Parts: sequence; structure tokens; C-alpha cells
Amino acid sequence: MIELLKQPWHWSLAGAIIGLTVPALLLLGNKKFGISSSLRHICAACLPANIPFFKYNWKKEIWNLFFVAGIVIGAFLAVNFLQNPNEVQVAEATRQALSEYGIQDYTRLMPSDLFNWDNLFTWKGFVFFIVGGFLVGFGTRYAGGCTSGHSIMGLATLQWPSLVATICFMVGGFVSTNLLMPLIFQWIK
Amino acid sequence: MRHTDAMCTNESELQHPWWHNFKYLAVGIVFGITFVKAEVISWFRIQEMFRLHSFHMYGVIGTAVVVGALSVWLIKHFKLRTLYGEPVRFEDKPFDKGVIYGGLIFGIGWAITGACPGPLFAQIGGGFSVVAVTLLSAIAGTWMYGALRERLPH
Repeated sequence: MIELLKQPWHWSLAGAIIGLTVPALLLLGNKKFGISSSLRHICAACLPANIPFFKYNWKKEIWNLFFVAGIVIGAFLAVNFLQNPNEVQVAEATRQALSEYGIQDYTRLMPSDLFNWDNLFTWKGFVFFIVGGFLVGFGTRYAGGCTSGHSIMGLATLQWPSLVATICFMVGGFVSTNLLMPLIFQWIK
Repeated sequence: MRHTDAMCTNESELQHPWWHNFKYLAVGIVFGITFVKAEVISWFRIQEMFRLHSFHMYGVIGTAVVVGALSVWLIKHFKLRTLYGEPVRFEDKPFDKGVIYGGLIFGIGWAITGACPGPLFAQIGGGFSVVAVTLLSAIAGTWMYGALRERLPH
């Protein structure tokens, strides 16, 4: 059983569990599935700075922070006790494209060539941690949700603004991967 | 104003002791394990998706939407109630131009970091401690949006 759990899970199983999060949260207490809101609650709790957008009773939304804390714990458990001993199986075409950028290490879920502390104060770190993270936080709040709030919760409840949002997420990602990424790697090499 | 911000407004009148929130922690744990085991938190998988080299991520998100939609339909059809006996409420997602501008900005960041907000938390738990910097920057981005909100086109 444990051996089976250690294999990478099929997309249909993962998709089903993620999809079931929607009714689980609704039935446990009328909570709407959404993760980027947690970033707003952290702002409201730590540094509201008299900004109207952060002046609300964040304590009423504290369930959301429990939820994301659970994500951290769950990921820790999976990586430490259910880790797949093999390399990440990535499409050959992607491997080839990434090897041009010097990304060779597939032993972990993230490329250690990029995501390590040594890169923090380099241009690589600036782009992949600071700029990337900033765009994620700014963009999700501007759009009123992220992949969970719009693409899953929003689409599951047939909200057309969420369809527009999802299309924009994908367009941004395609442009970023196929047009910006080559320029970024040329620049930081 | 809060309702138009598409955030989770919990207007339930019920008051619970704080430890009732542990059930959401439990849901989060299952969710986090799934994220890691399906490699959804992998930067490589996001690259594959945006290069159209693999069906994996499309399969995960597509299945999640279908299962979520079916569940919502069942809840509405059978008028299911919450654990505390309240009717389940659904709210419409409002539209403004921010959905487009913000969506594009987030998409660019998603491909760079290999993570939407959920996976950011999972990557940290999964041992990539440097992603804590990415998360702090995402919080700064959210804060900056809040500060500039009145001056941005919506």
C-alpha cells in the first residue's frame, strides 16, 4: 500500500481529490475554496497600514490560514514519508528546452539549479523569487482570485468572470514561458 | 465593498470556539499531500503545461473542475446543509477589468515561480525553504495592490 502511495499519483485521482475540496469546505462551514485570500488576510493581520482594502475583521477568515497551514504540513508529510525515489518524469521536449537554460537536475520536484539559497542575491533569485512572487501576489488579488478561487471554485459554480480569469491566467503563462523566459535566461546567464 | 472584492466573506452568525478551525487544517493536509504526490507543485510540471508538452496538469485541473461542479450541483439539488445545519450559500464572482489585467499579471508570475498561491505553501512544506522568499514577495505584491487599488483601472 505504502509502495503504491509513493508512486506519483495519476492526474484523475489528484483532480478528484482537489475537486472534492470544494464540497468539503462548503459542507464543513460554508467556506469558499480559495487560497490567494490567505495572502490578503496576512496583510490585514500584520500590516494593514490604514489601507481600506485591509481594514476588515480578518479573524473571521482565520479558517483560511488554518487551511494553508494544513497545506504546508501535508506537503511536509508527503515529501518525507511518501517520497517517490525516482526522478521527476518530465516530457522529453520540455527537458530539451530546459537543458538549454542549464537546468539538469530532476531529482527533486523543483530544479535545484534555480531554487536554492545561493541564488537569492543574484539576478536569478531576483527574477524567480522576488519578481515572480510579487506578480503572483499582485495579480491574484487584482484578478480577485487564483487557480483555486477562479479556475476551480469559480468554474465549478459556472461563473463567467472566472472563465475570463482562467483564460487570462493561461495567456499570461504561455507568453511568460515561451516569449519572456528565453529573454530572461539570455539576460541572467 | 467587501463583497465586491471576491474574498471569502463569512457572514455566518454562528460563533465557534477557535479550535473548530482544525477541521480546515485537516482538509489542508489532505490537499497538501495531493499537491506533492501529483507533482502539481513542481516547476517542471508547470513548464510542461505552458509548453503543451504534457496533458498532466490539464488533466488535474479539468478533473477538479468537473468533480467540483458535480458536487456543487448535488449540493444545490438536494439542498444539502452544512455540518452546523445552515443552508449552503453561493455567491457570484463579480466582473471588472481587473480580472483581465490581474489575470495576465498572475499568469506571467505563475510560469516564472512554477506556483500559484497554494503550491507556494506546499513548496515550502516540501523542503524548498527558499520559496519562503517568494511567498514574502507575494504578500508584498498583495499589499501593494491594496495600497494602489484606488488608482488602478478596474
